[in-house]
Amino acid sequence: MSQTTTPVTSTVVLKSWKAPIAFGIFTVVSFVIFILLNTGASTNFRLSTESDFIQLPAIDLPALGTGIFVTALLFAMTVLSFFFSNKGKSSPIWMISAFGFFFMVGFLTWAGADGSILIPGLLLGTVGLSIPLIFGALGGIISERVGVINIAIEGQLLAGAFVSAMVATLTGSPYLGLVSAMVAGMLVSFVLATFSVKYLVDQVIVGVVLNVLVLGLTSFLYSQVLSKNTAVLNSPPRFDRIDIPVLSQIPIIGPVLFRQTLIVYLMYIIVAVVAYALFKTKWGLRLRSVGEHPMAADTVGINVAATRFWNVALAGAIAGIGGAYFTLGSVGAFQKEMTAGAGFIALAAVIFGRWDPIRATLAALLFGFASNLQNVLSIIGSPVPSEFMLMLPYVVTIFAVAGFVGRVRGPAAAGKPYTKS
Amino acid sequence: MSKKTPDALDTATTEIAPPSRWNIALKEMLGGSVVISILSVLSALVVGAILIAVTDPGVHKAVGYFAARPTSTFQAIWDSIFGAYSSLFQGSVYNFRRPEFATGIKPLTETLTFATPLIVAGLGVALAFRVGLFNIGGRGQMLIAAACAGYVGFTWQLPPVIHLIVAVLAGIIGGALWAGIVGVLKARTGAHEVIVTIMLNYIAFYLVSWMLRTQGFLQAPGSNNPKTAPILETAVMPKLLGPSYNLNTGFLLVIALTIFVAWLLSRSSLGFQFRAVGENPNAARFAGIRVDRMYIYAMLFSGGLIAVAGVIQVLGVVPAGFSSGIDAGIGFDAITVALLGRAKPWGVFFAGILFGAFKAGGFAMQAAEGIPIDIVLVVQSLIVLFIAAPPLIRALFRLPVPAGEPKPVSLRRPRVKAVTR
Repeated sequence: MSQTTTPVTSTVVLKSWKAPIAFGIFTVVSFVIFILLNTGASTNFRLSTESDFIQLPAIDLPALGTGIFVTALLFAMTVLSFFFSNKGKSSPIWMISAFGFFFMVGFLTWAGADGSILIPGLLLGTVGLSIPLIFGALGGIISERVGVINIAIEGQLLAGAFVSAMVATLTGSPYLGLVSAMVAGMLVSFVLATFSVKYLVDQVIVGVVLNVLVLGLTSFLYSQVLSKNTAVLNSPPRFDRIDIPVLSQIPIIGPVLFRQTLIVYLMYIIVAVVAYALFKTKWGLRLRSVGEHPMAADTVGINVAATRFWNVALAGAIAGIGGAYFTLGSVGAFQKEMTAGAGFIALAAVIFGRWDPIRATLAALLFGFASNLQNVLSIIGSPVPSEFMLMLPYVVTIFAVAGFVGRVRGPAAAGKPYTKS
Repeated sequence: MSKKTPDALDTATTEIAPPSRWNIALKEMLGGSVVISILSVLSALVVGAILIAVTDPGVHKAVGYFAARPTSTFQAIWDSIFGAYSSLFQGSVYNFRRPEFATGIKPLTETLTFATPLIVAGLGVALAFRVGLFNIGGRGQMLIAAACAGYVGFTWQLPPVIHLIVAVLAGIIGGALWAGIVGVLKARTGAHEVIVTIMLNYIAFYLVSWMLRTQGFLQAPGSNNPKTAPILETAVMPKLLGPSYNLNTGFLLVIALTIFVAWLLSRSSLGFQFRAVGENPNAARFAGIRVDRMYIYAMLFSGGLIAVAGVIQVLGVVPAGFSSGIDAGIGFDAITVALLGRAKPWGVFFAGILFGAFKAGGFAMQAAEGIPIDIVLVVQSLIVLFIAAPPLIRALFRLPVPAGEPKPVSLRRPRVKAVTR
């Protein structure tokens, strides 16, 4: 709807100082907080629960010692990053990951000082909170890659949650609930696609209005119908946890990743399939070409309108699964406004993940981790106000779109309706 | 936009007499925006009626013996719909059950009370629209404005009128600056305003939530609730029609602002530049308009207007102290109001009154008939969806298509005729 004013950066940018500067800031922060503001004696990290196959001992980390160690390590990595940037190389991904990991260790030790943190619980909660975000983000990626901005992720999640709760309760089968959630997400997508592709209505407007429409519809039907017959309509059976034989016995990550419900395993498959298909198959190539340059795609005989329509529908189906996770995977019954902005965090993950399925999944995990960390810290009583932890995904996204975290560029034709002239 | 097809050329050459002027005028009126708007409202009300009838318990009971007495089913359907819409009307315009005019007209003043913040927030969204910006950040801007105005309102000690003016200005500045962040990011880095405003909504929400539970910021002194102290008498907006009506002087301010925005957009130099940027930013740049500055100014104005809605909520509607739900969904309703008013100041004014009526009547309907107020959300969003897609309404009511209107895009592949020799 509006032209962005970004100057196209040329490809001859040699030295990027963003990574070392960001590293430097975090190192200073860790020095101030983990060392100067340190109050506690030590933090207890529990690495396994009692039901685990292999029991790991709990670790006690001294607060001050860990703070000094982490800060020194971060400082070393910052220096290394300056060295890399000076030679015109970007900081390797392993270093950024290691930096994040050690900063988190320092942070957890500081925040949980004189307390105990259950690591598997922290990670399990992270996965739980991330699942709908990941499905929503995948829906967003497919939709935006084909050239239709998907603000309606929230609506697709909510519709999926509502319909899956009702159908699963009526039929007694969570599988049918899951399928109906996909249909519900697809129906929301049909409206989005019809209005934006067929009637050329501004995609953002349709998305925003659809969110309100789905919120209104589900809340109305919930208060008017579901809440009056909870036993008949809104007590869906939940998916059972399935242990994957050997994998679920790996310490720490085994129970987190491989003792989960069907929806989580479905997530692994769909992320892998979408990541592969988007970049390696004919379908993916056509989809991306329609989103980047519809006229060129049209010239070589791709039906732009139909490609957009059906892929937006597919995106809605995937987001619908994420909605089903709310009712069939975690909470167990539909509640008013139960998605509570998850669709918008998923949108944030799409952008932070630069429209790439794997990166967006990692972004969703990061956001899930941030909100779960807030839960954990509020229980053990942390010095950081919980609101600031909850703010994190949104702040990070603003930094991402403002270009502080690498260059973020979406599909070129996203948001632009295409008409043959 | 659309090229003349061979068919059109043929008819043009064979046409004998041009259609009469009345014919053209009638066609334009039927195909034009006024009729589309009215039909959109009607269609949305019909869908709402269907939803009400389908979920009504009385109708369910009557359907049970439909074969025995079909008339009672229709009677029940009529009762449910008539009951709902008549209580909607009596709750928003005139209550016939009251004996005197003074009490009977109270619903209309309630409508105006609800409309007051909707109109001014709608003006803010509409102004941004005209510059080609989509400001979804109404919620955040209102919250920040409410926090600023509220803080001045209950902590500073100032003489009566001055206190009110200072509090209003504080709110406006707060909201304008919060929206200004978006403008600056858009102008400097090209960050998409939709994403940034959505993210800032959440950041503002968590920021205000935190301030509301922190002593020294917004929390009432000596209290544990996340709620502010009541606004001091000197900063409360006086009631317009005496103590028995809720309508406050904010309404006069809103009328003045509507006139101001109408003047700004159509008569001022800045407004001309705004509209030029909105129509075509590239052309505007060539004409010597500083497009990036216009984005910043537009967001400042837009945020300032939306801030007035937050200020009116705090100083006029609930002066007894507020919590984090003070925005009451107005920030999002404002988008639908602006769309319904087609981003024209007086259009927004009347759209705001219509939605104010829906809100006032919705509460009456919920109280009298037990129909959840969420139905209002459904009707509102349907109105906007229908208005956004005139071809859909034209197809539904078989209206003529005005000339120069883009046709809906067909999903089917155009059939290529085989070349025969």
